[in-house]
Amino acid sequence: MRGWAARIGLVLTVLVLLMALSAGWLFPRDPLGLAGRPLQWPGDNARFWLGTDNSGRDIAAQIFHGARVSLLIGATATAIALVIGTGIGALAGYYGGWVDDVLMRVTEAFQTLPNFLLLLVLVAVFGSDIRTVTVAIGLVSWPASARLTRAEFLTLRNRDFVAGCRTLGMGDAAIMLREILPNALPPLIVYASVVMAGAILLESALAFLGLSDPNIASWGNLIGRGRGVLRTQWFVSAIPGGAILLTVLAVSLLGQGVNDALNPRLRRPRA
Amino acid sequence: MQLLLLALRRLALSLPTLGLILVGLFLLLQLAPGDTVDAMLAQMGGGDPALAERLRSFYGLDATVPVQLGRYLWRLVRLDLGQSAIYGKPVLDVILERLPATLLLTLSSLGLAVAGGMALGVLAARRADGWPDTLISLLGLLFYATPSFWLGLMGIVVFAVKLAWLPAGGLQEVGTGLTGAAAVLDIAWHLVLPTATLSLIFMAIYLRVMRASMLEVLGLDFVRAARAKGVTEGRVLVRHVLRNALLPVVTLVGLQGATLLGGSVVVESVFSLPGLGRLAYESVVQRDLNMLLGIVFASTLLVILVNLAVDLVYARLDPRIAG
Repeated sequence: MRGWAARIGLVLTVLVLLMALSAGWLFPRDPLGLAGRPLQWPGDNARFWLGTDNSGRDIAAQIFHGARVSLLIGATATAIALVIGTGIGALAGYYGGWVDDVLMRVTEAFQTLPNFLLLLVLVAVFGSDIRTVTVAIGLVSWPASARLTRAEFLTLRNRDFVAGCRTLGMGDAAIMLREILPNALPPLIVYASVVMAGAILLESALAFLGLSDPNIASWGNLIGRGRGVLRTQWFVSAIPGGAILLTVLAVSLLGQGVNDALNPRLRRPRA
Repeated sequence: MQLLLLALRRLALSLPTLGLILVGLFLLLQLAPGDTVDAMLAQMGGGDPALAERLRSFYGLDATVPVQLGRYLWRLVRLDLGQSAIYGKPVLDVILERLPATLLLTLSSLGLAVAGGMALGVLAARRADGWPDTLISLLGLLFYATPSFWLGLMGIVVFAVKLAWLPAGGLQEVGTGLTGAAAVLDIAWHLVLPTATLSLIFMAIYLRVMRASMLEVLGLDFVRAARAKGVTEGRVLVRHVLRNALLPVVTLVGLQGATLLGGSVVVESVFSLPGLGRLAYESVVQRDLNMLLGIVFASTLLVILVNLAVDLVYARLDPRIAG
């Protein structure tokens, strides 16, 4: 299933990207503005082919604009998490000793604390503005990438080419950034897809609970609002959930595809 | 004896982690706008500044931050988590009331995820790249990508609303006064949907890992030796392969104890279960920061205990560890 899994991932990713890019063009009006009679089923009205929610907002518009929000939050939070994670992991792996001990204690603390709880605490303290939520998701998602980077740095720091750089008089920062990091990057790039899938799920869960920014068209927000009419108009919650599922699936499949392409050990004849 | 020593050593190692978390969170909460007194005054519908001052000195909130931190840690050592401004009860009491529901939910989900993940992983690995393998891997991907709260909602629509097979929420039927076995059955009945909801994502992870580690162990020499001496395929799987292939799954269970508790926040909210997770959500909404800190403390302790249990299981599965 390897080949087609990556291909489906690519197709889905392009689809979600197109949705995000075309949102402003296909639905130029405010997706959170009143559009028509509330709770119209998909197909009832040609103007709203995915129906309207309990506040009379166009669901299709929210789905398209929501793609923007999900991708933006996912990508930004992933970038934040990877910068923190690689930074901490690189320092811990490169220097070892007490630096490693201290940094790994901190990492362990973050892993022991349920990350969704920490996210709740951060939102409780700093508020639910979209920027705050994105940074908060990044702040709770870095530990695994720190461990991954540390492991890579631990093995790479003793290689001959690093010793060579030292003899040439290169500084630690230059060795870490210019010599070791590029070699440690492939597994991190693959792991980024896992972080991004998690970040999208975290944001949607937060929004579902009504603890994310209420002023943006987020899929999680729409699911949360649809909960009130779940028994009769279940489509209000069902549609955005499907969108989340497809997006997370796309990101994971793409990551797996990249992994398979980068990992030569998997290029073997079928067992 | 050796196992006990191992357990104690691991426990001692986790103490600094616990300390780090508590100090970090305490300092974090200092940044929060408004304190417990503000929350209480808001609850009472406002009050004059003089009253606020008196309450602050009563709760020791007028001291400097280091002094407050010291007092806070000293109270934690005595397991005094303080008072909840919203419930008007000690935080510890409220947490202990809510703990059983969360434990029931997380442990049953963990059980289902491990059992299901193992079974599916073994099934997929038996004929790698055959159609059952493809189907199972596909299911795993779908489970992994499904947001649990949405799955729960759709479960409610299908099984509670349309088919009316299962209850839509709550931990037991209200006002029936069931006792004994009937009450236990009633609770189990209410937990079917939440457990399935929470366990699917973990099942997806375990089945993937189980499949990979089964494939790896199946290729090792001792398996070939066992087959060569004529052991039946079923016995090879159960006695030789499974035990060794299980190790990575056990490790993951420990690593994901925290994620499981985090997931229960959402699932408890979907199914209105009176557990710790929903309490955490309510504390955020009501700005009951003392309660939130208490929940974090309790959850961290739980995660540490889960990891301890995992270490012990690991040592039993792999005798090389305990030595």
